[in-house]
Amino acid sequence: MTVKTLAEKLGWKLLTESDGADREVHGCYVGDLLSWVMGRAKADDIWLTVMGNINAIAVATLADTAGIVLVESAALDGDALKRADMQGVAIYATEVPAYETAVALTKALEEA
Amino acid sequence: MSMLQLKYDIPGDDFTRAGEASGDVKQKLKKLGYNPAAIRRVAIAMYEGEINVVIHGGGGEAVVDVDPDKVSILLIDHGPGIADVEKAMQEGWSTAPDNVRSLGFGAGMGLPNMKKYSDEMEIDSVVGKGTKLKLVVYAQSSKA
Ligand SMILES: Nc1ncnc2c1ncn2[C@@H]1O[C@H](COP(=O)(O)OP(=O)(O)OP(=O)(O)O)[C@@H](O)[C@H]1O
Ligand SMILES: [Mg+2]
Repeated sequence: MTVKTLAEKLGWKLLTESDGADREVHGCYVGDLLSWVMGRAKADDIWLTVMGNINAIAVATLADTAGIVLVESAALDGDALKRADMQGVAIYATEVPAYETAVALTKALEEA
Repeated sequence: MSMLQLKYDIPGDDFTRAGEASGDVKQKLKKLGYNPAAIRRVAIAMYEGEINVVIHGGGGEAVVDVDPDKVSILLIDHGPGIADVEKAMQEGWSTAPDNVRSLGFGAGMGLPNMKKYSDEMEIDSVVGKGTKLKLVVYAQSSKA
């Protein structure tokens, strides 16, 4: 399932130019410490976090995650948004916490 | 002589530019048609090294040599150096200040990640003089 389809199913709000229609989601990683994400997330994981800064965009790009979901309505910095649009990273926002978001997306992926 | 040599200045304490060098290397390797799994390992290992130069080393430089069978990354800074390399290599060990931690750094996982994603790693650090870090990633490797 693509990031875009998943986002539509779960009602996430798109923040970036890229909507992730070109990225397949193969799994999910939850975390806010950047080196944990780089060490443990797999390529094509969707990344749930509250970290909406420019360094998170670098991590998503370099670790090749499918996209970012900012949970609990965490803020996206202005320079982070610019960098995300430059790099073609898809970022969505939801007010739902990370655990519930992970549960819902796992269900959606399993049903697909 | 390597097939392609890339050189970068890494500005100290500039978190908005941190990752530019590793991002550029990633793009160039993609264009060269390098093995995607190797590209990802290069990108992550180099970014961890680059961000350490920014945060801990006060800036420095990167020299990347690309060959068909491997990518060699040399990161050099003239910062405070690492007193106890063995300790620094442990997961969770970090001296990152609070302002850096609030950005999501300081988990003490950077050096362990470099070890995990590189095939060769060498740290040459002198307290008060600086740190030289060499990482080699093979194009074909059994590493994740
Ligand atoms: N280039 C360097 N110059 C001086 N000290 C360094 C350098 N690189 C690493 N260190 C020291 O080694 C420690 C561990 O580094 P490591 O990258 O593993 O973790 P970190 O940078 O503190 O946190 P993280 O990488 O998880 O964000 C650092 O906190 C710092 O004390
Ligand atoms: Mg580090």
